[in-house]
Amino acid sequence: MKHFSLARAFAVLVKEFIQMGRDPLTFAMIVGIPLVQLVLFGYAINLNPKNLPTAISIDDPGTFARSLTAALHNSGYFDIVEETNSPAEARRLLSEGRVSFVIEVPVNFTRDIIRGEKPQLLVEADATDPSASSYALAAFSELASAALRDDLVGSLAVRAPKAPPFELVVHRLYNPESVTQYNVVPGLLGVILTMTMVLITSLAVTRERERGTYENLLAMPATPLEIMFGKIAPYVAVGYVQVTLILLAGLYIFGVPMLGSLTLLSVALALFIIANLAVGYTFSTVAENQLQAMQMTFFFFLPSILLSGFMFPFDGMPVWAQWIGDVLPLTHFLRIVRGIMLKANGWAEIWPNMWPLIIFMSAACGIALMRFRRTLD
Amino acid sequence: MSDLAIDVRGLRKTFGSKVAVDGVDIAIPKGEVWGFLGPNGSGKTTTIRMLCGLLRPDAGEGTCLGFDFRTQSEQIKRETGYMTQRFSFWEDLSIRENLEFVARVYQLPKRRARVAATLERLGLVKRQRQLAGSLSGGWKQRLALAACMLHEPQLLLLDEPTAGVDPQARRDFWEEIHALSARGITVLVSTHYMDEAERCDRIVYILNSRVIARGTVAEVIARSGLTTFVMEGEGVRHLLEELRNAPGVDLAAFFGAALHVSGTNRSALERALAPYRGRPGLNVHEAPVSLEDVFIHLQREVHS
Repeated sequence: MKHFSLARAFAVLVKEFIQMGRDPLTFAMIVGIPLVQLVLFGYAINLNPKNLPTAISIDDPGTFARSLTAALHNSGYFDIVEETNSPAEARRLLSEGRVSFVIEVPVNFTRDIIRGEKPQLLVEADATDPSASSYALAAFSELASAALRDDLVGSLAVRAPKAPPFELVVHRLYNPESVTQYNVVPGLLGVILTMTMVLITSLAVTRERERGTYENLLAMPATPLEIMFGKIAPYVAVGYVQVTLILLAGLYIFGVPMLGSLTLLSVALALFIIANLAVGYTFSTVAENQLQAMQMTFFFFLPSILLSGFMFPFDGMPVWAQWIGDVLPLTHFLRIVRGIMLKANGWAEIWPNMWPLIIFMSAACGIALMRFRRTLD
Repeated sequence: MSDLAIDVRGLRKTFGSKVAVDGVDIAIPKGEVWGFLGPNGSGKTTTIRMLCGLLRPDAGEGTCLGFDFRTQSEQIKRETGYMTQRFSFWEDLSIRENLEFVARVYQLPKRRARVAATLERLGLVKRQRQLAGSLSGGWKQRLALAACMLHEPQLLLLDEPTAGVDPQARRDFWEEIHALSARGITVLVSTHYMDEAERCDRIVYILNSRVIARGTVAEVIARSGLTTFVMEGEGVRHLLEELRNAPGVDLAAFFGAALHVSGTNRSALERALAPYRGRPGLNVHEAPVSLEDVFIHLQREVHS
């Protein structure tokens, strides 16, 4: 009696598949959500923003000011949209958010450089969003030096900035052009799975309870394990369909490479998908109705997005936040999927993130099973 | 194994501070059809749910089909068909898919043949692909009964199976029940209909979570000690208020156009009715006590 009957689990599985096919909303969620989110966020999210609106205030008609303006423009980071001679006006533009940067070239800039008086070049940045301005600011210093170096020739060569006594060599590995999509698309794979998988199962059992069919299901001889298996297995297949869609779109729309082993990724995906389904299943055993199930899903979803390293660098978080992040399956899956897709990671490299996934999955399944109510009490 | 299909004693269940079932004993011999009666909220559904393992009893002991109903509900489930009060099959599955699901879960051999035979018997072969949710109330009820009979259970627990079903369908339904009973299947059916109660071998009347009457219909009526007079004819509509408060009258109510006046003290009742006898156009005569009179009387008694 206690043993697991594949036939009974299969009965629930078939039922679940039929119901899934009849529910247009579920179907929309399976296909619609991944594609819409991928295209939307794939195009929208840019961690290396360019063409930032910039105001420039030039009090000096000299050559160097003009060279600087041209260099800023050519860098692609700065889009000079305003020219003004009033610092007050420049500050107003900043505070109204019409520009992100104000660059002030002081009076006699050119003359002072020639005299070797080190004039001050002021850059004011709207730093409310640190990540938006950081790339451009980092580029600025090098940019200005380079612009002037071309002008400081002949007798002025002594004023040219000296080269550092060493040469800095930077290799941007795995994503040399800092293409945001390379990072975001694999990340979205995990985010989309987290959202849809948790939501789908959290609704699966609460729906039965709301419609009164739960009582009937419990009155039949199916055991909790069989019911759980039957309810989770169809959505594992759904998860793989979503993954296929996302990977194909990632490859053909955004050109994100797949360097590692698909088989290895599939194994990691199985763990990750089941882990999320089990979380949703646990929610459904706690929630009284579908609305509550939905709220719990978002309660889980938000930290997953914010603390997993999808949106913000994991290493930049305080230790306690990293602990929370370490508990979430998305954190580990992100490292695995980015590792496999972008770095061609093998089994050995992903293992440190595989075992936490395995533990999380087992724990989630265990809790879901324990929480499953065999009675209507 | 004993000859009792259900043999439970001292059943008790509370939800928070509310006592839903208190000290209920039920012993049903195999092959009998028992009616389970009582007003809404009296504890019928809770009792049935405890019998088939859907609710854990707070107290009580006994067996269903020879299995301990507290610890062996898995075995009981295999041999029991439970029909819920509300239609609880999957409305987004077709008739056939619902039956196939049940057949799979019970791991029934010859699944296809069995489902086909059931569809045939229900007369639903042509509509087998229709979604269960689109069926009318009567058809849903027939489907539900057929589905919970699919695994050929020994015991049927039916929770208000005929609520909201038309008279013809009810009649068909009861014929089916009697046919099952003739095959040795034990049935416990809760109902609000007196005519259905009269078709049962025995009835159990539960009120405020306690059993207050049980036995055959005749026994329950006899034990109540009631006498009923029926008044018919001119002006009878105006007599209700007068009679209701008259000494010796425990119960006065209209059944159709006739006024039923009942009391436990026969001579007091006759005295109360004496002034009305011989009124022109008014007919007063004794009639058999109906089950409904008894139940309403029992309810009053408990409440006062």
